[in-house]
Amino acid sequence: MLSGNGGDKMKRFFRRLLLAALFPAFVAGAAWAEGIVIKGSTTVLPIAQVTLEAYMKAHPGVNISLSAGGSGEGIKALIDGSTDIANASRQIRATESELAFKKGVRPVETAVAIDAIVPIVHPANRVSNLTVDHLSQIYQGKITNWKELGGDDLKIVVISRDSSSGTFEAWSDMVLGRAKVSPRAQMQASSGAVVQAVSKNRYALGYIGLGYVDRTVKALAVNGVQASVQRALLKEYPISRFLYLYTNGEPKGETAKYIKFVLSPAGQKLVAQEGFVPLAGRKP
Amino acid sequence: MTSRIRETIIRNLFALLAFLSVLLLGMIVFFLFREGLPLFGEISPAQFLFGMSWYPTYSPPEYGIWPLIVGSLIVTFLACLIAVPFGLLSAVYISEIAPAGIREILKSIIELLAGLPSVVLGFFGMVILAPWMQETFDLPTGLNIVNASLMLAIMAIPTISSISEDALYAVSRDFKEASYALGATKYETIVRVVIPAAFSGISTAVILGMSRAIGETMVVLMVAGGAAAIPQSIFDSVRPMPASIAAEMGEAPFGSGHYHALFATGIVLFFITLAFNLVADYLSNRFKEEGSGTL
Repeated sequence: MLSGNGGDKMKRFFRRLLLAALFPAFVAGAAWAEGIVIKGSTTVLPIAQVTLEAYMKAHPGVNISLSAGGSGEGIKALIDGSTDIANASRQIRATESELAFKKGVRPVETAVAIDAIVPIVHPANRVSNLTVDHLSQIYQGKITNWKELGGDDLKIVVISRDSSSGTFEAWSDMVLGRAKVSPRAQMQASSGAVVQAVSKNRYALGYIGLGYVDRTVKALAVNGVQASVQRALLKEYPISRFLYLYTNGEPKGETAKYIKFVLSPAGQKLVAQEGFVPLAGRKP
Repeated sequence: MTSRIRETIIRNLFALLAFLSVLLLGMIVFFLFREGLPLFGEISPAQFLFGMSWYPTYSPPEYGIWPLIVGSLIVTFLACLIAVPFGLLSAVYISEIAPAGIREILKSIIELLAGLPSVVLGFFGMVILAPWMQETFDLPTGLNIVNASLMLAIMAIPTISSISEDALYAVSRDFKEASYALGATKYETIVRVVIPAAFSGISTAVILGMSRAIGETMVVLMVAGGAAAIPQSIFDSVRPMPASIAAEMGEAPFGSGHYHALFATGIVLFFITLAFNLVADYLSNRFKEEGSGTL
């Protein structure tokens, strides 16, 4: 279905134009000579943001450009050569690595942090603990009222992320076991939008990365375990996952130095400050 | 350089630019179809258009966009219900009633409204209108059809208002003077003479406002809630087609069924707006032929 190289390029250009118009989250300007381009997951975005700011401060003259449009978007960009680093909140899929190999790209994975996904409700909600099974049933539309869970007699408004989100995928894997999310579930395009929607809505149930939890929402315990940095690291908290940076081949030059910084104690401290779980003492 | 050569160069340059924009449009349509049509090797057009479940990322995937079509049509229809009276009446006021000073101020405010970025409206709907609506009417969610329709109506009002105003303005003075000469009041003249005379222009305005609303992406992505189900009330969430395309295109694996399904959704949207524009074109052509003798 792909025609000549020209058509392919044109299509890529058009798609990129479209995506650039739809998901702009540019932090730094375009990369110059000594530049690194980072694209990918919105979950990894806060980590990338603080580490690249610190890195650029320590290395003047290096220019890092960052944009976030979802894990798949980052990996796609890595495969077509338009980024140096792809951030991902999931591992690369078999279909994606096949496509990468076909195009001569060898994705190399570097874990940089652990993320715990936390169910959140409005602060006034009386429910404070749910099991993974409860969450699964709610998201499939089988439990529809908070009173079935010991809360008030209110309809549950289920808020999910759209299917382009790594958080959605991780939630779908870890909580739903790939069962279908009810079509009545709302879809939000970003973690920030989920927090916004839940913080203003007594009926709502949403899920976000631990790094996005703030005082405007109430984090629920899962299977009796309240999510925290410590409990995720010890694997006590049931809904947690690794976050990755992907590069084409072993990282080289400036890219390697940046990744080394992210994994250094200083970099991991920044990761922890953003509410993620640092990977203490893992080799790059 | 003689002026004749300059003329030729400029004329050719303009012709080239005009041709280029048509070519670009043609290429976009070509790519839209090339990327969308392969879907129908997987499922039939009827399964696609009237399928009730949109689960593009599951295996096996389901690509039914009926809930998305219903979502798009219902927000557009409601938006028009709100925008038509506001747009039309403000046009009548501006062109027939308002004194010159107020007319200029109102016109520029409405033009300003047209320039409001849709993301700003979406943000307003999401952060201010949604919580307010939910608290005030005790709804399960403020991100719903009514909220999206209100925001879309705000976007459609300037289109409807300024085109209707042009149509009203173009009504010949003879008609109004004849009406007054027969002893009609200003109200009777506006309602029985001016508006009927400008009717085709006003219909064009309404339809262009509708196509503005149905193609709008950012607002519906932010405030419609995004539930891909047939709504049971106007306070339910929906997932209009442009919102679905915008939210999912980033992740759809290149060349997959999901990717083709999103482009095919774009084709459906393309045909709907094309139909709207053809109707508008037909109506405005009729409007052009309307001389002073045809009322």
